[in-house]
Amino acid sequence: MDTNTEINTEHSHTSGYGLYISVWLGLVGLTVITVALAGINLAGLAVSVALAIALIKAGMVANYFMHVKFDNKVFKIFISVCIVIFLTMIILTFFDLTYRTPVK
Amino acid sequence: MSNGVIVQNPTAESFYDYKGTHSGILSWLLSTDHKRIGLMYLAAMITFFFTAMTIGFFMRLEMLAPGGAIMSAQTYNSLFTLHGVIMIFLFIIPGLPAVFGNFFLPIMLGAKDVSFPRLNLLSWYLYMIGAVLAIVSMYTAGGFIDTGWTFYVPYSLRTSSNVSLAVFAVFIIGFSSILTGLNFITTIHRMRAPGMGWFKMPLFAWGLYATAWIQVLATPIIGITLLLIILERFFGIGIFDPALGGDPLLYQHMFWIYSHPAVYIMILPAMGLVSEIIPTFSKKNIFGYGPIAMSSLAIAFVGYLVWGHHMFSSGISDTSRVIFSLLTFLVAIPSGVKIFNWVATMYKGSIDVRPPMLFVLFFIVVFSIGGLTGLVLGALNTDIHLTDTYFVVAHFHYVMFGGMGTLFFAGLHYWFPKMFGKMYNEKIAKIAGWIFIIGFNGLYFPMFLMGYLGMPRRYYDYLPQFKPYHIIATIGSWIMISGILLMFGNLISAFKRGSKAPMNPWGGTTLEWTISSPPPLENFDKIPVITKGPYDRS
Amino acid sequence: MNQEPEIVLETHAEPHTHRDDMGSKMGMWLFLFTELLLFGGMFLLYASYRYMYSAAFTAAALHLDPVVGTVNTIILLTSSLTVVIAIIALQKNQIRFSKLMLGFTFLCGIAFLVNKFFEWSTKFQHGIYPKGPALADMSNGESVFFGLYFVMTGLHGLHVIVGLIFFSFIYYFIYKEKITATNFQKFENAGLYWHLVDIIWIFLFPLFYLIH
Repeated sequence: MDTNTEINTEHSHTSGYGLYISVWLGLVGLTVITVALAGINLAGLAVSVALAIALIKAGMVANYFMHVKFDNKVFKIFISVCIVIFLTMIILTFFDLTYRTPVK
Repeated sequence: MSNGVIVQNPTAESFYDYKGTHSGILSWLLSTDHKRIGLMYLAAMITFFFTAMTIGFFMRLEMLAPGGAIMSAQTYNSLFTLHGVIMIFLFIIPGLPAVFGNFFLPIMLGAKDVSFPRLNLLSWYLYMIGAVLAIVSMYTAGGFIDTGWTFYVPYSLRTSSNVSLAVFAVFIIGFSSILTGLNFITTIHRMRAPGMGWFKMPLFAWGLYATAWIQVLATPIIGITLLLIILERFFGIGIFDPALGGDPLLYQHMFWIYSHPAVYIMILPAMGLVSEIIPTFSKKNIFGYGPIAMSSLAIAFVGYLVWGHHMFSSGISDTSRVIFSLLTFLVAIPSGVKIFNWVATMYKGSIDVRPPMLFVLFFIVVFSIGGLTGLVLGALNTDIHLTDTYFVVAHFHYVMFGGMGTLFFAGLHYWFPKMFGKMYNEKIAKIAGWIFIIGFNGLYFPMFLMGYLGMPRRYYDYLPQFKPYHIIATIGSWIMISGILLMFGNLISAFKRGSKAPMNPWGGTTLEWTISSPPPLENFDKIPVITKGPYDRS
Repeated sequence: MNQEPEIVLETHAEPHTHRDDMGSKMGMWLFLFTELLLFGGMFLLYASYRYMYSAAFTAAALHLDPVVGTVNTIILLTSSLTVVIAIIALQKNQIRFSKLMLGFTFLCGIAFLVNKFFEWSTKFQHGIYPKGPALADMSNGESVFFGLYFVMTGLHGLHVIVGLIFFSFIYYFIYKEKITATNFQKFENAGLYWHLVDIIWIFLFPLFYLIH
């Protein structure tokens, strides 16, 4: 009986430290901006702005620190599937919440 | 044989005889061999199925007459809860993936095992631990839950029965499901044999792939929901409790966001199995491989969009009810695609109604009935009258039991020779199948009529006009159980004394039929190189 | 899908071994999705209740200290950087530097937990906890806010602890040379887990601390 050694050791390219330090600076900067904006009264927009900045930060962590930008395409597809499913859960639930008529 | 693959050594030592570092029972309990793990799931699952079936038997006995007959109302509530919890979380959801997926996915892909064999064994232990915890919860702190398998708040927050432990057991079993899904997705991406592109792998694998994505993405939602129930009971946190400002409907949303996709976990692998059995017993290539594969993914996706149809009368907004109703009708389309392609495969085929094929034909009939009644329930105006009646009970038994259950039996009869190396008596198998399906319809069809006439579900007492229907149903249950007992008796007898099975008793074309029955430890002497489609007979 | 790196089959006179770095990474990502959805369920509840009780949420959030929240955010972001540096250092065979960066990451995690401990203690002292006296006086919406706060930050804290446990194992594996410059997928996987913990906090922070 043949015995097999199955090996896959492929990794995507390695960047230098500089790139990651830049990303970190960007993340800290965005955090500062979020905190500053929270002090201003943006009324209805406040949540959307905070979430938008959080999304950008999360995207930076994912793309660079988690290496998704440089990895095989399949990971980007997986993440998209996950996000789409999560969004449908929120959207469909909100069709209930936002259209309830109060009982008189 | 298939793919011009050299038939593997037919006298190779089978995986049962392999002597590793452990012996006796430990060679099973500590084995990371996907085949042994699959069989351990099978042994456990059959035990749980028979337990829950016996509970069902006693439920039907109680329902022979209105009012209390052989048990109190409280006991009846616990029994239908237990019946549901065991059947759903310990049988139907793990079902085909845990048994046949584990045993056959690597083989069908031309691999030696799954991507994460040790994680696979952990999945089995989590499943067993969950089962043990559920049993322990029956005898501790208030006894087994009486909330129904849906654990709706606020009752599940208030009842003194042991909700926390039972729900924690389900949480643990959920992890088992998640890890299996994770393992199968990785295995299908990474372990296909050389030459086996995505569109050359068997359709059972496509079914398992779509299912695995639901297992991974949907199960955590019920995980967190059940965790919150436990936290509410212990710490009074107030997230679902209306007395503290919580919204019970949000509980229902979270519960069904998982539990609806869960029904597709139940049926997608089973439908994948149909796509294996029909080409084999029609001696013909599958018609519409691509559409069938894609329809599995489509069902998995659309399945996430329809959960609100379990909540039509709960108080959600009219807008969302209309949207959920529309989306519910959509999910019938990819299912229809499958049925069309299966029938087209059979057309002008050389049909051989051996036991696996007989069960598949039963499936097509009962699943169609179940599916069509789903449309009745999916329409808002009819649902209002039928929800929480026996109509719903009939519907889900037709699709879950008539669907997944019948196909579980089909899988047993299809792959029994390969798993155990023995042949069973086919005549008795077919007789048992007929008795089963006649009893099945006797048991569940009256429930459609009862429900239509207003008999509520989960009630142990009822008005006199429903009595004839209940009697027919109970007698149906006796016939059905006899068929099941005959079926398993036949298989057990074959397990002990059956004649030796050949490598390919049915003339199948997928890779499991190119290795010995039972398979050797590492499945293949040489990893095959694939050049043709899985059902190609040229 | 054809672009996925193939597993190379080689025959040797050894028992069957199987190393698939990409498969290992894939498995880790799938596990991360389950964590994302576990928290996702909580975020769904948060979003729903914030919609229902917007005024109460704003009032309740005044009890939280944005300074501590900001500091904790910076701590986690920095720890994500240092674990990335640790992994690159290892690939460059700078083992000591790698261990140093890993140790620093670990300390960041500890610092985060210490902050959280003081935050929670302060709340408890003021009677702000489920079934606590302060909560009984608050409106339904405010008490739901704190219910969500404790569950979500508590669950997150638990995941920080798990991440630190992972890092302890990684440190041990580096020490035992089971993780090397050419065999470091486990380290990457632990890093991925940590980044997810960071991402969850990136969302938790503005939603709880910055409602004004």
